[in-house]
Amino acid sequence: MNPYRTQRIAFSLLFMANALILLLVGFVVVVIVQKGLPAITWQFLSDVPRQGMRAGGIFPAIVGTLYLVGGAIVFALPIGLLAAIYLSEYAKDNLLTRLIKLSIVNLAGVPSVVYGLFGLALFVVFFKFGASILSGSLTLGIMILPLIITASREALESVPQSFREVSLSLGASKWQTIQHIVLPNAIPGILTGTILGLGRAAGETAPILFTVAAFYLPLLPGSIFDQVMALPYHLYVISTQVPNVDEKIRYGTAFVLLALVLFMNLVAIIIRYKFRMKKKW
Amino acid sequence: MVIFKIDDLDIRFGSVYAVRRVSMEVFAHEILTVIGPSNSGKTTFLRMLNRMNDLQLNFKMSGTVELEGENIRKMNVENLRRKVGTVFALPLPLPLSIFDNVAYGPRMHGLHDRSKLSERVEEALQRAYLWDEVKDRMHESAFKLSGGQQQRLCIARTLAVEPEVILFDEPCSGLDPISTAKVEDAMLKLKQQYTLILVTNNVKQAARVGDRTAFFLSGELIEIDKTDKIFTAPRDRRTDDYIRGRFG
Repeated sequence: MNPYRTQRIAFSLLFMANALILLLVGFVVVVIVQKGLPAITWQFLSDVPRQGMRAGGIFPAIVGTLYLVGGAIVFALPIGLLAAIYLSEYAKDNLLTRLIKLSIVNLAGVPSVVYGLFGLALFVVFFKFGASILSGSLTLGIMILPLIITASREALESVPQSFREVSLSLGASKWQTIQHIVLPNAIPGILTGTILGLGRAAGETAPILFTVAAFYLPLLPGSIFDQVMALPYHLYVISTQVPNVDEKIRYGTAFVLLALVLFMNLVAIIIRYKFRMKKKW
Repeated sequence: MVIFKIDDLDIRFGSVYAVRRVSMEVFAHEILTVIGPSNSGKTTFLRMLNRMNDLQLNFKMSGTVELEGENIRKMNVENLRRKVGTVFALPLPLPLSIFDNVAYGPRMHGLHDRSKLSERVEEALQRAYLWDEVKDRMHESAFKLSGGQQQRLCIARTLAVEPEVILFDEPCSGLDPISTAKVEDAMLKLKQQYTLILVTNNVKQAARVGDRTAFFLSGELIEIDKTDKIFTAPRDRRTDDYIRGRFG
């Protein structure tokens, strides 16, 4: 076959693969928006579920998801960032380092339902936190830890080596160099990774299934040892466990969850974009 | 007065020797120029003097380097680098403003008083012949300066730490002749206060600014003597061949 034609066919295939992705995302968004948007009223967003979740709103589930996401990040960001700093700035290439890196890769590959079971065994039962915001947040935190470590490491390693050399050559200590030169230039990348982790934590059902999520709890939590409702689990419940829930409410819930996650991704994209514009080297 | 006393210095990376059996002295307030073909170990030698080689993988050394009688391996490395500053081959401003670039070193060493800091920055910029060009734009990014200005900014940044010795690693390799002349002028004035060691690939530059010149070849110090002598009557044939461009 003539090479020009081969190239045209290859390019069309590549283009089609991409078009397919765009089409799929577009399709999901259009269906959810079309069916869910009519349900979105102030009452739907601010009221508790009523009549066995067949009416009323989803406010407790929104609050619950925000609590869980917040808790996960409070736990995962500091640990993830410190681990990333250690790996990128201090760790020598030895057995321990390779073991740590291997663990991170494996942690990223663990199915989310396994995290749920692990959270149940460790936090709910062993540490006796019970099914609570604390247990759920910690479980979600462990789940997004590899994501945050990997993103932070990449951000730290993308800071040019020459900046570190210059700082050290001026008599700054290694920690001063990290604090004043490396971290400030890595923060946008770290934030991007963190927000992607947030989105992941907001959307997962399995890790919160056994550790925190309440089937029906039209109250706001009083402390981190309370159970809460959460959007993904609530969506599962009203879609499969409760008969005769209006389609509008189901898609409305899906719309809110999708909007929340897409909004977080949007923020990540904006941060990354601003960072690229401001990049000074 | 002897600033650096180097005795039987060997440096290798893994199993590859970069510097072999080098012994020499560096005197206060001189400009010592170090010449030699690429891969002759001159940059490695220079980076040894403030232990920048420590950052390299598989770095090994033997022999001793003394700064004013003190073994540099036993010194606190931050203090050593305060006393022995570096200007790198490429202008490498930090991603900060012009002011913050020069203030970086003093700040890291605990100087936070605003007026003292401004004084120190102005003085350093003046000594690097950059003050007049930047005094009205101190808070712009250092990356907005031209290449030659950036390199003088790097010199100012090193001066602001108030070192005793300044190491120049081919500081003009990326500069045009006019910027080069400005950097050379700055160096000649600086030697009244500092000891300068200049590694350069430009033999003419070594002759222009040097008091003494050392010639390195394949990691060995072939010859070190007064610059005039090296360029008129070198003792070793290989030195003569190199400065006359009869190498390679």
